[in-house]
Amino acid sequence: MVAAIKKPGWTRGILGAIAFGAFGFGLVVALRAISDLPIFQTEQTGYPHIVVPAITAPLGFLAGFGCFDYWLRWAAGLPTIPDDHSQHGAKSWKDYFHFNTDHKVIGIQYICTTFFFFFVGGLMAMLIRAELAQPGTQIVDAATYNSLFSTHAVLMIFVFVIPVFAGIANYVLPLMIGAPDMAFPRLNALSFWMLPLAGLLFIGSFLCPGGAFDAGWTGYAPLSTGAPLGQSFFNLGVQFAGASSIATALNFLVTIITMRAPGMTFWRMPLLVWANLSTSLLVVAATPFIAGVQFMVLFDRALHTNFFDFAAGGDVISYQHIFWFYSHPAVYIMMLPGFGIISEVISTHARKPIFGYRLMALALIGIVVLSYSVWAHHMFVAGMFSWLRVPMMITTLLIAVPTGIKIFSWLGTLYFGKIHTYSTAMLFALAFIVTFTIGGISGVMLGMVPIDIHVSDTYFIVAHIHFVLFGGSVFTIFAGIYHWFPKMTGRMYDEKLGRVHFWGTLIGTWGTFVPMHWVGMDGMPRRVADYAEQFGNWNLLISCFAFMLGAIQLVFLYNMVVSWRYGPRAEGNPWRANSIEWQVSSPPPIFNFDEIPRVVGGPYEFGVPGAKHAIMAGEGAEVPAGEPSVVGTS
Amino acid sequence: MYGRLPIVKMLLATIAMTVVISAVMVSINWDGQEASTAAPKIDDLLNVMIVLSSFVFSLVMVMLFYALYKFKAKPGDESDGEPIHGNTRLEIAWTVIPTIIVLFGAGYSWKVLDEIESPEKGALTVDVFSQQYAWSFAYPGKGYVWKEGEFHVPVNRQIVFKMHAQDVIHSFWVPEWRIKKDNVPGITTTAYVTPDKVGTYQLVCTELCGFGHATMRAKVVVESPSKFEKWVEGLEQKAPPELMESVTQGTETNPVGLGAGGA
Repeated sequence: MVAAIKKPGWTRGILGAIAFGAFGFGLVVALRAISDLPIFQTEQTGYPHIVVPAITAPLGFLAGFGCFDYWLRWAAGLPTIPDDHSQHGAKSWKDYFHFNTDHKVIGIQYICTTFFFFFVGGLMAMLIRAELAQPGTQIVDAATYNSLFSTHAVLMIFVFVIPVFAGIANYVLPLMIGAPDMAFPRLNALSFWMLPLAGLLFIGSFLCPGGAFDAGWTGYAPLSTGAPLGQSFFNLGVQFAGASSIATALNFLVTIITMRAPGMTFWRMPLLVWANLSTSLLVVAATPFIAGVQFMVLFDRALHTNFFDFAAGGDVISYQHIFWFYSHPAVYIMMLPGFGIISEVISTHARKPIFGYRLMALALIGIVVLSYSVWAHHMFVAGMFSWLRVPMMITTLLIAVPTGIKIFSWLGTLYFGKIHTYSTAMLFALAFIVTFTIGGISGVMLGMVPIDIHVSDTYFIVAHIHFVLFGGSVFTIFAGIYHWFPKMTGRMYDEKLGRVHFWGTLIGTWGTFVPMHWVGMDGMPRRVADYAEQFGNWNLLISCFAFMLGAIQLVFLYNMVVSWRYGPRAEGNPWRANSIEWQVSSPPPIFNFDEIPRVVGGPYEFGVPGAKHAIMAGEGAEVPAGEPSVVGTS
Repeated sequence: MYGRLPIVKMLLATIAMTVVISAVMVSINWDGQEASTAAPKIDDLLNVMIVLSSFVFSLVMVMLFYALYKFKAKPGDESDGEPIHGNTRLEIAWTVIPTIIVLFGAGYSWKVLDEIESPEKGALTVDVFSQQYAWSFAYPGKGYVWKEGEFHVPVNRQIVFKMHAQDVIHSFWVPEWRIKKDNVPGITTTAYVTPDKVGTYQLVCTELCGFGHATMRAKVVVESPSKFEKWVEGLEQKAPPELMESVTQGTETNPVGLGAGGA
């Protein structure tokens, strides 16, 4: 027992959470007692005796669990325990439940955790659709309904889509650039362990008096500043998810900039690496804005700072400006890594170099730059300065150009290729092109102020966001998971079940989200538990497709779990891809490479005679005959 | 050379598909009944965008399915495709042409926006008050006579709505008018509408405002000027003082020039 308490791990982590939580609670009680205030302040925005422990207990868990041990020992002048890498790799499933600094273990920890939240959030979506199947309120009351769609969105955005990309990149990216690990492995582990805490805070808000946060994932003030206690859990959860996100982005930036294998110039990086470079640039600069604005809401609630209290001179609309200054770049944070995945999958399965590789990379950078200048298109009817609408409309429409470049370049990649569609990853990649085009088109329409005035805050928005986030991001996530499943697990998944999952998901997506455009334009507002009779039939149809879409995800879950355990062994390079991660065994050796590979050419040189991307250990110094092609050699 | 693509046939297929999709899509009245002068302008813009979008969508579909038809690998074929890395002229084309299309869309939208928001002489001002979960309305021209849950306006005359919120953000939307504007606590926002069809409509709150959001509705009656005058004469209550405070609040986010002139 004493040993368990001394050793970093679950026992010490839980004790740490209890100790730090008790400290936070005691601090509030003591300070209030000294100040002659009532000990427990239970106005709905208050509850300091719960909010403060909700900050300290997660920190206590992280400390107890071992996330800070190395740094604390160093800071205290104690002998640091050198990392002997003995805990690298995972021998059984239990190893994934420990603090681990191996990027491959962390990648899988990320993916499994985020998919857990995906299924929880999906279950909420099923409840939402059940309620909406008929007009009137049947299953949940209006307040619970508001909590459900708010939590659904927050789980999907903050603890599924954004971090699952970090998970995939965590596993794949260091291998791709020929690095032994991420630049800061301990920071990497800390980033991961903050994530389940954020998810628990979001879900835990259901236990609060007044229910879970219910002001939408946007949490607009002053609805959020006056909302019940659950809203504070949202404010705090965002801090943990945001800190995790920022630390990971810094880690990716440093890793990509400093740890590329010799010979891997920027213009020889696979597009997934370019995509994560761009995403990380967005995260480090934009995410502090949402962290800040959620602190401002929390301070308004708990400390009466009055940032957004109009009666005290606060400015209500400034919340939206700060929020969207993050949350618009955030949609690209949720999309650019997916673009990278699609480039890898399409090039590999079409056996063709990426069409216009340099323009593809530049388009990513173009999106990064433009995405900071479009945020107010979410506010065309918000009552902001009306002259701001036209420039924001122009930049919003212009951002369709680099996005279009990517679509056309993927299509161009298919031409004169040898397209293989046996892999579920490729099916999702091809379907992504179509569904994402629809999402892009409705996005351009929404960018036009007069159309937006009519359809903003209607089901048209719900349709658009799900086409780009589900038909877009989630399709790329599935493509990525199927594509790298053999590399991560060393096993092949079942392609038959993969096809069932693919077709079910494709039909479910279109059936669910296409009619939402129609009811929205026809007058159905979003975020309502009840609606006019005239939309009843469409909503019933939408709900039926949504249930199908939900159910088919269980096929995916079954396929992944069973194939991971019993699937046939995977070769090192089952897709015959060029990039470095496929040149090592599946799963890769614990330390990735015996000898760092040397990069001698571009990553997509399919069909180029004698071209090679990288020379792996043991391949000696054979230099490819002849000059490899033009692109990617400079 | 790697062989030629049937560019002309692909373009013809794209155009044919565009025509079919647009014909179907434009014939459907997506936005419902039109009951303001702004509505047909917005719906026309939507239809133009539907045609342009149908072209883009058809182009993507034709490109995708032709590639899948023509370049699908034969079973057992493990060879690679042609090592084509790009085509600068093509890449310039699909950068420049979409830029032109979206800039056209932006210009057209700007024009429509100016038209639907230009103030007219002789407009009628209506104050809109919103709070969880009720709408109420006052007529400043008539000494702020006030009515909850229902308002009337005359047909074919511009209405300037001055919007106020008492607690959280609400949003004013009459789908048949195509006009929406948030009511923001602490400031007054403005919207312009010229209703051109007599009838009864519903005002819908479109900004999440709490558990009563879904049922926060009000009745909108558009009627002949004489009937309207009669109705408004019949109103006896005045706007309560706590609501009148928000009428005098100074902040106005629509600077003169793009808006507030007509009131």
